Amino acid sequence: MKATKLLSISFCLFLSTNSFSQDKDLGTIIGNFQTISQYYNEDTLINAILPDHKMGMNSFANINYTRGNFNAGVRYESYLNPIEGYPTSFRGSGLGYRYVNWKNKDLDVTVGNFYEQYGSGLILRAYEERNLGIDNALDGVKIKYTPYKGIYLKAFTGKQRYIFNDGLTNGNGLIRGFDGEINLNELLDSTFNESKLRVTIGGSFVSKFNIDNKTPDFILPKNVGSYGGRIGLRYGKFRFSGEYIIKENDPYPDSQDDRFNYVYKNGEGIILNLGYSTKGFAIDLSAKHNDNMLSRSTNVTVGPTDLLIGYVPTLAKQHTYSLASTLYPYATNARGEVAFQADVIYRIPKKTKLGGKYGTVISLNYATAFAPKREYLNDMTTSRKGYKTTPFAMSDSIFFQDFNVEIKRKFNKKLKASINYFNFVFDDRAILVAKHHELIFAQIFVLDVTQKFNKKNSIRYEAQHLSTQQDQGNWAFGQIEYTYGSHWSFAILDQYNYGNRDEVLQLHYLLGNIGYVTGPHRFSFQYGRQRAGIFCVGGVCRAVPASNGLTFTVTSSF
Amino acid sequence: MKKLLTLSIALVATGILMAQTGKSLPSVKLKDLSGKTIDISTFENDGKPIIISFWATWCKPCKAELNAIAEEYEDWQDETGVTLIAVSIDDARSTGRVEPYVNGQGWEYEILLDPNGDFKRAMGVNNVPHTFLVDGNGKIVWQHNNYATGDEEELYKKVQAL
Repeated sequence: MKATKLLSISFCLFLSTNSFSQDKDLGTIIGNFQTISQYYNEDTLINAILPDHKMGMNSFANINYTRGNFNAGVRYESYLNPIEGYPTSFRGSGLGYRYVNWKNKDLDVTVGNFYEQYGSGLILRAYEERNLGIDNALDGVKIKYTPYKGIYLKAFTGKQRYIFNDGLTNGNGLIRGFDGEINLNELLDSTFNESKLRVTIGGSFVSKFNIDNKTPDFILPKNVGSYGGRIGLRYGKFRFSGEYIIKENDPYPDSQDDRFNYVYKNGEGIILNLGYSTKGFAIDLSAKHNDNMLSRSTNVTVGPTDLLIGYVPTLAKQHTYSLASTLYPYATNARGEVAFQADVIYRIPKKTKLGGKYGTVISLNYATAFAPKREYLNDMTTSRKGYKTTPFAMSDSIFFQDFNVEIKRKFNKKLKASINYFNFVFDDRAILVAKHHELIFAQIFVLDVTQKFNKKNSIRYEAQHLSTQQDQGNWAFGQIEYTYGSHWSFAILDQYNYGNRDEVLQLHYLLGNIGYVTGPHRFSFQYGRQRAGIFCVGGVCRAVPASNGLTFTVTSSF
Repeated sequence: MKKLLTLSIALVATGILMAQTGKSLPSVKLKDLSGKTIDISTFENDGKPIIISFWATWCKPCKAELNAIAEEYEDWQDETGVTLIAVSIDDARSTGRVEPYVNGQGWEYEILLDPNGDFKRAMGVNNVPHTFLVDGNGKIVWQHNNYATGDEEELYKKVQAL
């Protein structure tokens, strides 16, 4: 009796440990954590203010739990108070994201918050860019289903995240969407699987319903539909993709320009991309026409990054060097633009006289954007269609032009270097973020050298120079970064606005930085003066004011 | 009785041991450059380790890391059979630039696209570069954020230790 009892208890124990581990284990927890704290000094010269609360802190932690086909997660966010330059509509602490998901091979169901993108995002993109304060997560139900190999169906209904005030607050508008995509090679795999020709076609429909409307003057449509299709083709080393989206009339206030204020014109977006690439050589051409494609799940004026449904990508390279990336960065003109871009990458082969032992990589990039050619209808007292455009018909009013070259070479095991040249034409009126409304012409040179002394020690030097007659005039930039082992880094950098027409503003912006990394954990301290800049992601930019003080950052994954 | 006790202990121990395993890759569907959909949790490398490296065309340290590994990659593959999956988090603004860059540099990696950050979120990645090492049983055994010159040597030591 005793013996059977013991056996049954241990068998139960075995079963329980085993049933906890039925899907490999007790379940998996994956998550991350980030906190950015800033302590401010007053610095009247650069207009850096000392807020009453003296310090700001943005933090969040994501926790995702997965067990078998089931997974669920939350994000706890905390803005106490939001750091300077961050949207002030992010306040307090609470849950900003929570979801439950179940999926198997063919079916995937989410309730709660989710992110989503249809095609290139023109028609729908719910995404997060935490460091810029962009989060338009949807809150509702999402289903993805694969009824047959090569056929992918997606649908959702939800509201969008709007502000954060001790928790998630959604906007009033409702968004519904459907997307279907067929991969012909997967669908017809017996005849088409090994084909050099690869074909993907897709189509989307997104509809919004909203009653936010502050104007008694106009009757606005309560439901607005957007629809369109896309195709992706590949043949060997060639690749083509295209997407065309129409957004039905969706009048939206425009306080800056009456010609665009509550216009009942349909919106239109086209993106085309053609590329050829092989080992060591690639060429890529893109063209874009977007007109009146701004779509939000509201019809009242909100912050620039709030309640955006679609995403109109900017056809320009996102630069990484400070003077090239945060003084005159381009972002898509939401009213409309015609844009083109070309990229060429060539690698001079290894072990040649010109290429050196390791080869040399040359990258060229050219991007430009113009205002569309608009034929104004002068119907603002009648039909309010506003104006007419033709796809890719452009005016001679330039918004932006960027020509840049990078040459990168590794000389030996211990030394590598790159030089960059940038030539910008930038119309400040186009993206409405800077102070001086004028056409700015700027040239930038960058030299970047990395020297490795031994396994533990390496130094990186960076020198940048920007010259312009307009705006704030010339800038010089220098940085030295010393890395010790794989854990420690020390950097000091200075930006000097020596060309400013106002002598009082010919200032140094000196910053010091210490970083420590261990595995997936990173800690950094930064102290000094931070220049005002414009930080962009995709078509969305945020002007971050100058600041002076101490920044402490921790990021961690687990 | 003694036999039974041993059997019971063995049963419980096996149960606990079976529960003691590392983290598996989440199931996320991603596209490769040819447009084919791949569920990352079913990616196999014949029982050999897999490196998953999150990067973007606009991220300098990411490119420095992957270029440094590219020089050694042939040797790494020959010696350990490791495969590297470079997951680009470029969004629609720059996904078109991924393939030209990969070919321009002559990378031999598997390239997957994560344009809206679904896989990045599922893996708890804050910022790029972020590199994971997955063992032959599909368990995440090591991860590292950021890149400093020479970090690839530490990564390779971890690969060899598997």
